[in-house]
Amino acid sequence: MISNTEGTFFLTGKDFVNAGKASSRLKKVLENLGLPPGIIRRASIAAFEAEMNTSIYAVAGIMHYYITPETIRVEIKDMGPGIEDIALALTEGYSTAPDYIREMGFGSGMGLPNIKKNTDSLTITSAVGEGTTLDFVINLTGTSEGAEHDTERNC
Amino acid sequence: MILSEIADNLSLEIKTEGVDLGREVTGGYVSDLISDVIGNAHEGFIWVTFQVHLNIVAAASLKNLAGIILVRNRIPDEETLKRASEEKIPIMVTPLPAFEVVGRLYDLGLRCQ
Repeated sequence: MISNTEGTFFLTGKDFVNAGKASSRLKKVLENLGLPPGIIRRASIAAFEAEMNTSIYAVAGIMHYYITPETIRVEIKDMGPGIEDIALALTEGYSTAPDYIREMGFGSGMGLPNIKKNTDSLTITSAVGEGTTLDFVINLTGTSEGAEHDTERNC
Repeated sequence: MILSEIADNLSLEIKTEGVDLGREVTGGYVSDLISDVIGNAHEGFIWVTFQVHLNIVAAASLKNLAGIILVRNRIPDEETLKRASEEKIPIMVTPLPAFEVVGRLYDLGLRCQ
């Protein structure tokens, strides 16, 4: 049985050397809890994409995780420009990333869709000029562990 | 097919130390977009890319990929190689362009499925 575990990581915007470290540390927390590999993979992917979004767009942010026997819940709150149209931002291929970000292989408009695909629920709240908060949940009970919602192999 | 056979066949230069070249490669993917790889590559795949910054290691590690091939003699950042060794992700370099690399991998029997 997993005991309740929680923690917080601080995220720095525009820092592409350290970007990815928080989700990497979250992955280690999940591994230490002995969670199934499929669950760890889904949670790590969602956390990584959210962390990269904070790096790309925001000045700073916070990642907070809360794990219970039933769910992994991760909240990523950033001090960024905010998202004007959330439905549009969730559209695969839509991105507002600047060119230098695209040159690094980000900003393809697939980050938020990847988060959605790998989580059981995703809530985005945003205020333009203030920031964005992402809240996602992965269920630990009653689901097949590694199943992405989009089960079709795209290649 | 294992990674070392692919490395020999394509004369790849191995840039990371202490990594597992005996790993079975289950397929391949080519992309320079990190989220595309995270979304669509699969465990055990080899990844062909032009990107060299350290988040390629994070992406490969998240998807448990077998290795990364950098095309056109792209030089990986020092930090990338350090992280790749820590995460045990083999990074290999070739002077060939991506088109040629993928064609040869396909000839060797690798598929994206």
